[in-house]
Amino acid sequence: MAGTAIPGRLTWQVATVVEARDETPRARTLVLDVPEWPGHRAGQHVDVRLVADDGYQAQRSYSIASAPQDAHVALTIERIANAEVSPYLCDVLRVGDGLEVRGPIGGYFVWDVAIGGPLMLIAGGSGIVPLMAMLRHHARATDAVRERIPVRLLYSARTWENLIYRDELERLGESTQVTVTFALTRQAPPGWIGYRRRIDRAMLEELGWPTSDLPRAYVCGPTPLVESVSALLVELGHDPSRVRTERFGATG
Amino acid sequence: MQPEELRLDGNAAAGTLREVFAAEVTVMLATCAGCGAERPMGALLEYGDGMGVILRCPGCDRAMLRVARTPEFVRVDASGMSLLAIPRAAE
Repeated sequence: MAGTAIPGRLTWQVATVVEARDETPRARTLVLDVPEWPGHRAGQHVDVRLVADDGYQAQRSYSIASAPQDAHVALTIERIANAEVSPYLCDVLRVGDGLEVRGPIGGYFVWDVAIGGPLMLIAGGSGIVPLMAMLRHHARATDAVRERIPVRLLYSARTWENLIYRDELERLGESTQVTVTFALTRQAPPGWIGYRRRIDRAMLEELGWPTSDLPRAYVCGPTPLVESVSALLVELGHDPSRVRTERFGATG
Repeated sequence: MQPEELRLDGNAAAGTLREVFAAEVTVMLATCAGCGAERPMGALLEYGDGMGVILRCPGCDRAMLRVARTPEFVRVDASGMSLLAIPRAAE
């Protein structure tokens, strides 16, 4: 397993935006061509650095959304009002522009088929991004591997319109090996019969793998959600060392 | 400083700490000098404020690692960590 071995130094490089697409009214995916990219593992992130003409620097971390097998690196950025970096990345940056990045970074909040399952993925808001890389990696595996590693995703967002990658997730959920459940916390479309509340203990009991299956859980999103959900999973009897967390801080 | 509910974790500090340790730190197992709990550094709580990085024990809140930059040095205080176990690469 990759412990601390790093293929290549972690240095800032200029990546080129080769594609940009809106995922939701608030989220945009940037696909980057990063020279000398060593490849990544699902769950890792990059740091992005912007430098203004006066030398002022702002730096943020963004999870990689693309599968490890892809040649280009996809980041999905959620636009945060009045922020320094995300409005620029969402509204100003264009295909052909350069962007300073360094990475891939991370070794704890990563998953690949070698780690095994069953897999429990729980996301709030933009926390879906690193889990999407895991799902895309899983989708590329052989049928035999996917049979061996079933996946359950629980994804909480404010509204139906804010679910990032919604169509792709619904398609992935059509496979017998992948179960996708959305929980809407603020507003639901007419006829919605799904969850209409924040993720809580009852929802995790209903949807989670039995503790006896020894699942591997990955929880990502706003800090309050990550801490609440991971504590609940441990309360339900899951081994804390099999529950991995990545906090994104404030809600977007 | 960030309010508690907005805190991050060792994953957020991984890029900065890689500059210091020349390795991916999130997989290193750190033992808290306060309560003795051992956790991957990715699971520690991060309270960076732009001046440096502070990683705290989720169990007892002890500051396990502090990294600060001065013009001449990167100062690393790991006194809150009694042991650091670094996974060896596959041989």
